[in-house]
Amino acid sequence: MDATSVFTDFQFSDLGFLLEAAGRTLLISVLAISIGTVFGCMFGWVLSVAKTAGNITLGLILDVFRSVPLIIQLILFYNFFPIIGFNLSPFAAGTVVLVFYTSALVAAVARGGIDSVSVDLRRASRSLGMTYWQDLRYVVCPIGLRAVLPSWAGVALGVLKDSALVSVLGYVELLRASQILITRTQEPFLIITVVGAFYFALSFPISRLSARLERRWQYD
Amino acid sequence: MDYTFHWRPVFRKLPDLLEAGLVTMEVAVLAMLVGVVLGLVLALMRMSGSRAITWFPVVWIELARNTPALLQLFFFGFGLGAFGIHLAPFLIVLCGLSFNNAGYLAETFRGGFNAVPPTQIRAARSLGMTQTQAYVRIVIPQVLRVVYHPMTNQMVWSVLMSSLAMLVGFRELAGETQFLASKTYRIFEFFLVSAAIYYVIVKVILAGSRLLSWRLFRY
Repeated sequence: MDATSVFTDFQFSDLGFLLEAAGRTLLISVLAISIGTVFGCMFGWVLSVAKTAGNITLGLILDVFRSVPLIIQLILFYNFFPIIGFNLSPFAAGTVVLVFYTSALVAAVARGGIDSVSVDLRRASRSLGMTYWQDLRYVVCPIGLRAVLPSWAGVALGVLKDSALVSVLGYVELLRASQILITRTQEPFLIITVVGAFYFALSFPISRLSARLERRWQYD
Repeated sequence: MDYTFHWRPVFRKLPDLLEAGLVTMEVAVLAMLVGVVLGLVLALMRMSGSRAITWFPVVWIELARNTPALLQLFFFGFGLGAFGIHLAPFLIVLCGLSFNNAGYLAETFRGGFNAVPPTQIRAARSLGMTQTQAYVRIVIPQVLRVVYHPMTNQMVWSVLMSSLAMLVGFRELAGETQFLASKTYRIFEFFLVSAAIYYVIVKVILAGSRLLSWRLFRY
């Protein structure tokens, strides 16, 4: 048996493998983006409310997630859990870190959205007899949302692409799958192109949507 | 908790880490400079309006913005190998980051140029300025104002993205940390210190950018 025969060419069935991996990329990104957005909105609200010591501390903590490379956050978190005594699967660790990361990014966006609604407008709604929460729900939400929805889509796009880094923990998503196939087929160019096309197909709709929102809501 | 933290190996290697931090800065700044030049060229090509030219920047920009930076690095690292082009790890990182930076900056610059209405050039010309004067004194200062903040952000991203270099075998801060961590098995300690160094680098860049903006944009 000659040495080269352990490698097999890229086959049609490999597309199924890649599709499955793309599903995992999508799963971890959707989880991170949806949970992260909920937390991010809450954090953004907290940051916009007042400058107390607690809020400033929260801001500083969130800032760390934006100032340290995601790959280092992933490795740190993944290696932290065995220290305090229990193991986390790569998927769980990756999801948790991505959720934190997303919520830190969304917090900045949400805060910008809340700040973009003028104080006069909010006072006006309060003096019309709305409660604080009604003001937040019926005045701040619609106006702030249209100001920052494009940036939120940008964050979502970023998280989808950054989910590729979870591969360093060993979670077999799209990028990890490409590495496995490259090792087996020894056809790096072909596989990187195919996987690139997969990522493109996942993220291009989001980036189009974001561009369209930006154009439509720019001059209102 | 039956884990004992060992900080001594980390402190002993701290000079190495700091030096690697400089390498990170170096590669990030270089990639940013190349990215600015390429981004300008791409933005101008994009705005040229001729279909024969605009497809190129459009493809570049969409590829850079819609695929993971890590995949772009792998393309320059392994993908080009299929054509017999084998880049050194430093070049892989530099090419990958520059490609990515250029794609993002091209859109930033295009937005900046669009923010200055063309009537201003005509107004400047009718006041007796030459074309060059109109650009240098009227257009570029305004464009700079618009693109300054996004460019600062891109610089920060450039530093953060450079950490991906550890996956293509280049020993900047993350790569060096990985190397030392696997030599000593103090993975958590090493990466914690490395995270702190990244944090400081990012803060220094932001502070520097703020200082420079006071100097540049006072009225």
